[in-house]
Amino acid sequence: MSEAFEVGPMAAARSVLARDLLLALRRPGEWLQPLAFFVIVVMLFPLALDPEPALLRALAPAALWVALLLASMLALDFLFREDGRDGTLEQFALSGQPFAVLLLAKTATHWLLTGLPLAIVGPMAAVALGAPVIAVPGVLVSLLLGSVTLSLLGAIGAGLTLGLRRGGALLSLLLLPLSVPALIFGARATQLAMQGDSAAAPLLLLGALAVLALTLAPLAAAAAVRIGLE
Amino acid sequence: MLEVRQLHLWRGERHLLRGLGFTLAPGHALQLLWPNGTGKTSLLRCIAGLLHAESGEILWQGAPVARDRQQFHRDLAFLAHEPALKADLTALENLRYSLGLRCRVDSPQLQAALRSAGLAHLDADQPVRSFSAGQRKRVALARLSLWRARLWLLDEPATNLDAAGQAVLSGLLARHLAAGGAVLIATHQQLELPGVPTRCWLAPEAAT
Repeated sequence: MSEAFEVGPMAAARSVLARDLLLALRRPGEWLQPLAFFVIVVMLFPLALDPEPALLRALAPAALWVALLLASMLALDFLFREDGRDGTLEQFALSGQPFAVLLLAKTATHWLLTGLPLAIVGPMAAVALGAPVIAVPGVLVSLLLGSVTLSLLGAIGAGLTLGLRRGGALLSLLLLPLSVPALIFGARATQLAMQGDSAAAPLLLLGALAVLALTLAPLAAAAAVRIGLE
Repeated sequence: MLEVRQLHLWRGERHLLRGLGFTLAPGHALQLLWPNGTGKTSLLRCIAGLLHAESGEILWQGAPVARDRQQFHRDLAFLAHEPALKADLTALENLRYSLGLRCRVDSPQLQAALRSAGLAHLDADQPVRSFSAGQRKRVALARLSLWRARLWLLDEPATNLDAAGQAVLSGLLARHLAAGGAVLIATHQQLELPGVPTRCWLAPEAAT
């Protein structure tokens, strides 16, 4: 019987990761939608504003980060909702494995499918808005670190709104204020990278935020999801 | 041995379980045949730790489960209303990934479990989306057979099963109990379990 319980938390987390990646492969729409949303929102700025290159360049950091934030919110709806509905999260909670580790694996998959593609497309969008090519590494690093933080914070919000029938709007209201530090440091890092200055300071702060979120968010998300399962 | 002592559970304004107590010994099954809305599912969820009771104690092997819930969960298999299957995965993939949380099971074992659940005839590439409710329940039973947990909590396990499916369930329960496992079943219809030591509990306030 339970003597055969032979899988450690890391192997269980790998199983969650592999399952979610396979599901994403079968349902590409879920992770392509936020990406398409991000590209469209960024591309709306030149249409809505005077297409003056200097103006677009000045607004590019804000446009990129606001679009990243909104696209991340859109993607969060897919994080726990289906697993909550079909009983998968209950099975996670009763698996005998650390619940926070399994939810971290889910959040990591979510980042791989939404945050990472957004971070990769972001620098291209920045160049399209007039950023010099030399700014690409700085923009990429800022978006990578920012998207990690947003995914982890999003896991808490998605957990808190799990039991609600229409939690999307509340999720945004909960998370947008929490995302402000990442938005400020991320936009500043992008701006400095585009000006050719050192973006080390805001990038380090973004990194610190990501580490803080990585340490605390899985525990908070696990507590939130448990409440949602009741 | 599972022991529940003086369990009180409120759901909103309703005092659902009032000082409930019972024991369940290894090799025994207990069927809860309480009327609808009297707390069968809530009791199972409470024992599993998905719901928190206002007061009372739940002991497993003589120790309160709250002391080491993770260890208790390793001894526990919970079959809920929702079978926790992914519609876009095949039956085999569903088994592989959900069992991957607990134990290492190779493909021949998974296929054997699906065969014994009466799903051998299905196309290997067929996603669960195309399964009937009864076939989904059989996949959940196949998973249960591989879970290797001592205590099974089953919520309406016979729902959607045809006669052959119910025979699969009975066989599964008989093997589990013969191996020293214990089963608590919430059901609205008494399960016929020939040769299985089973008690029936008709109402929460009735003595067992």
